[in-house]
Amino acid sequence: MNVTFSPSELTFQQEVREFLNTKLPKDIAHKVKNDLHMIKEDFVIWQKILADKGWAAINWPAEHGGTGWTSTQKYIWSNECAVAGAPAIVPFGLGMVAPIIYTYGSDIQKKTFLPGILNSDVWWCQGYSEANAGSDLASLKTTAISDGDDYIVNGTKTWTTMGQFADWIFCLVRTGAPDVKNQQAISFLLIDMTTPGITVSPIYMLDERREVNEVHFDNVRVPKSNRIGDENQGWTYAKVLLTHERTGIAGVARSKVALEKIKSLASDSNHGSSSLMDNPIFAHKVAIIEIDLLALEYTELRTLAAISTGKAPGPESSILKIKGTEIYQAIDELKMEVAGYYAVPFVTEQFDPEFEGVKVGPESAANSAPLYFNHRKTTIYGGSNEVQKNIICKAVLGL
Amino acid sequence: MDFSFSDEQQMLQDSITRFVQNDYDFYDRAKLIKSELGFSADHWKLFADLGWLMVPFTEDDGGLGGSAADLMVVMEEFGKGLVIEPFLATAIIGGGLISKAGNAQQKQTLIAAIMDGSLQLAFAYAEPNSRYDLSYVATSAKKTADGFLLNGHKSVVLNAPAADKIIVSARTSGNTNDKDGISLFILDADSKGIDIQSYRTQDGGRAAEVNFNNTLVSADQLLGTEGSALPTIESILDRASLAVCAEAVGAMETATAKTVEYTKTRKQFGTSISKFQALQHRMADMFIEQQQAKSIVLMAALKLDHGDNIESSKAVAAMKSLVGRASRKVGQETIQIHGGIGVTDELDIGHYFKRMTMIDLMFGNSDYQTQRFTSL
Repeated sequence: MNVTFSPSELTFQQEVREFLNTKLPKDIAHKVKNDLHMIKEDFVIWQKILADKGWAAINWPAEHGGTGWTSTQKYIWSNECAVAGAPAIVPFGLGMVAPIIYTYGSDIQKKTFLPGILNSDVWWCQGYSEANAGSDLASLKTTAISDGDDYIVNGTKTWTTMGQFADWIFCLVRTGAPDVKNQQAISFLLIDMTTPGITVSPIYMLDERREVNEVHFDNVRVPKSNRIGDENQGWTYAKVLLTHERTGIAGVARSKVALEKIKSLASDSNHGSSSLMDNPIFAHKVAIIEIDLLALEYTELRTLAAISTGKAPGPESSILKIKGTEIYQAIDELKMEVAGYYAVPFVTEQFDPEFEGVKVGPESAANSAPLYFNHRKTTIYGGSNEVQKNIICKAVLGL
Repeated sequence: MDFSFSDEQQMLQDSITRFVQNDYDFYDRAKLIKSELGFSADHWKLFADLGWLMVPFTEDDGGLGGSAADLMVVMEEFGKGLVIEPFLATAIIGGGLISKAGNAQQKQTLIAAIMDGSLQLAFAYAEPNSRYDLSYVATSAKKTADGFLLNGHKSVVLNAPAADKIIVSARTSGNTNDKDGISLFILDADSKGIDIQSYRTQDGGRAAEVNFNNTLVSADQLLGTEGSALPTIESILDRASLAVCAEAVGAMETATAKTVEYTKTRKQFGTSISKFQALQHRMADMFIEQQQAKSIVLMAALKLDHGDNIESSKAVAAMKSLVGRASRKVGQETIQIHGGIGVTDELDIGHYFKRMTMIDLMFGNSDYQTQRFTSL
């Protein structure tokens, strides 16, 4: 057992720093570090830079174009990215659908879809949730009725993050007979968003941003060749891979950077005659979060270490989701407390990087409340934290 | 970075696991607690025979390596069975102080005696007014022609009732709160002028109030350099903190497992209470707390093994803060979920609760260590 980096890992760290220093566009890093609004091109530009370097798919097997990195390398990578202000990878293509395609897809599907994902030429979105299928995802109602070589898809998907940018959507749809149990009636389809019959309508979040959408399917014709694996086995595919994609879900590196920023802001801020950090109640809250985060970092490292020895990440990885999002939200709350009065003004124009007017309040304060409101989603999405606890109860504790 | 056990660590863990599972019956333990000695001399001999008492010591001292990671492995397993034998007081704390501060002769004779199981130790450092402040030492050691005269009152000295020798911190110079001027002495427990008021502890151990009344010690009973013992004490109590936190991780694991099993067998309203989601999510929370505790103990062990410095002290403070909170919560939940049977003396679960609760109060409780974390 040891906690140090080997010489080759230190060399790797140096290489990563060098790369981020020279290749990460400064304007994008500025947006990330200051919580300014990002546009589609920001993500695409960055992911294409990564693809050129061969670093776009850190979790894919090397044979499909992944990095083949060790868990320690992934740890170094995520820390350095957070410090440098690199944008998060949009997960739907690289993180979610690609592993399903390379694990369960046909050779033709692999050849057709993986290169576009790896190079960020094709933007994907996720069609899982429905209005009445949230945490109980398997109760979804969107149907795909067989019609020769095609399915006819009808229904509405919701919470489709960045669906307004998407070229393709991966969907869970019901193909089984009405009396078949949900889990055995679902298929996994890849659908071209330009297919006639698809419309996308916006949902605005508490920060008044169009982040998510509803995607409506009205007699949409989808070739059966776009089905992953067997009919009615889609739930199994989706479920197996949920546990595999938890690297980075805890957001430890990002939270560490955010917490350091809060400590620095709170040390500078006036709190009457002393700094906010001198307030023992505030300092105690910061310390508790920082300590929880240290523990979570090692929980994540333990999980990564287990994966690197060939074990699948167990349902224990639900801890990463639960604690990671709780800590993330607690940090948002602190950030808003640091802002104080200047959390109150809601001047959305100034989040635009092109804004040239006089900004209200300190830059760090302006977006603190909108992000606090928006990030309440984190304990709800990806299987709410209560659902994660159900998973722990069932799969770990045997309840 | 490497989190895997060495072959030696794996073997050590396996052998302690077997001991706890096969030879550490809860009802036998209950009898031992009420016996005159308070623990089993046979078990202690077994610890020596199996080499477990060599684990805390470096190879230079004749031990097996003495890494914090090794201590973690041992104590986590001990925690699962609520082992009461004074491994912490004698081997980790007493042995640690001798190893760190002792001269060649002290090390040679005393460490050998610890490892062969013939020497029991206690460390007298806390005082009625010190709380967790290690630099607060009112006990005085006044230089005389023959050595030093000790006077003072030491609180809650673990294992003092069974100890052959007592290591005591005393002030050889300066004011009560000064960081400098603290010295360590080692003396026979039956020395003239020592009064030992023995008692049981809440968690099945033994301790004592130890009073020194003009107790004479010679200069060669000094352990380490006169006046500069504080860093030694801090360093060894950081290791002791790691040890009890690892023990808490083991205790939490067993308490959680026992709680889960209990809910499966306990029937109310015509069904197993394990089916109630109000209880299920609380057990999931217990599991999460235990896993987070396990992670931060691992972190602290690795940092301690990487170097004894501010960074390792900060890691220990973080660990003690989190494990204190986690073990409090897991302890309270395990009792609540067990219901009435949980607050009886006859079931083992309440004794896990007691030990986990007391661990938080040792070496600086959660609040104290949170503040220490902030200040370091």
